[in-house]
Amino acid sequence: MAERLRADLVLEYPFTRTTGPVIGAFLTGLREGIILGIRRPDGTVLCPPTEYDPESSEPLTELVEVGPGGELVSWTWVDPPRSQSPWDRPHGLGLIRLDGAATPMVHGLLVSGPDELAVGMRVTARWRSEREGHIADLEGFVPEGADQ
Amino acid sequence: MSADPSVPPAALSGEVSLPEKLAGVELVRSVRTPIRLEYDFIPGDASSGYLNAFADRKILGQRSPVDGAVFVPPRGVDPRHGAATPDYVELPDTGHVGGFCVTRLPIPGRDDLEIPYVSAWIHLDGADIGFLGLVGGIDTAQVRMGMRVRAVWKPDDQLGRTAENILYWEPTGEPDVPVTAAGTNAWHAKQAEGDQG
Repeated sequence: MAERLRADLVLEYPFTRTTGPVIGAFLTGLREGIILGIRRPDGTVLCPPTEYDPESSEPLTELVEVGPGGELVSWTWVDPPRSQSPWDRPHGLGLIRLDGAATPMVHGLLVSGPDELAVGMRVTARWRSEREGHIADLEGFVPEGADQ
Repeated sequence: MSADPSVPPAALSGEVSLPEKLAGVELVRSVRTPIRLEYDFIPGDASSGYLNAFADRKILGQRSPVDGAVFVPPRGVDPRHGAATPDYVELPDTGHVGGFCVTRLPIPGRDDLEIPYVSAWIHLDGADIGFLGLVGGIDTAQVRMGMRVRAVWKPDDQLGRTAENILYWEPTGEPDVPVTAAGTNAWHAKQAEGDQG
């Protein structure tokens, strides 16, 4: 019987996507070190911003600054991170409702262990020093006060 | 909502308002979103038979037990009927171009392909569907549907258990297969005959 065949395959696409004005504005904000949400007709703010209202489908256009602090709504612990993770060490992944926003966004939680995380705790953004207009411009979130 | 689909929604026409802090900064218009998937490929029986035969410069298909249609590469089933296809058929390394595409832009990760190049559906003699290959040995402008081709193999000492053994397909110089009988047209013509018969 023939030996079992196997091959290491890699599927890779170096996509660059155009953003449109809303996602483009969000990424512009990240590059400039601020986080943007978008206002719905009822006055509440979605963050990350969407191009359309999720209930009425009306276009949304008014971008507003939120955060950089917020509340941890939910979290999980990642250990070890996968090979292509933006983070090279164990970390949390959380849903963070930024101050001024009605919806939470997903990002990394940069603490040394899961015992440092709790639903309802206050966290704040930690920025990379070199930013280019990408979600990774935000290095992640840390407990409020941790970076002072 | 606007009922006129030719009018782009405001959110896509760029009419958004930004906080004053961002007044005058250059807006981000594109973002890198590379994807990469690394995986182990372990072929099943049909693909293993096909790949092993390549080491002997053989191309294997499989025959449908339902109507005798020959599929290459073999997948172990006739997908039209859900019928297992255990019987291999050895196919010649000659056929015709069923359809083709001239590529004039480089593809990341394929620096070995000199542009412009032609990729084509190669319909082997005796097969009922085509499989993909490169066409060479001819000016790209001369490639045509129905052109008869034969495989150009790697030297024997470089053969492996891979379809990469075939470097490209070159014209044989024989008269073309008529377009009405080339590529999937042949398949559809045969199906129509079957329906009438």
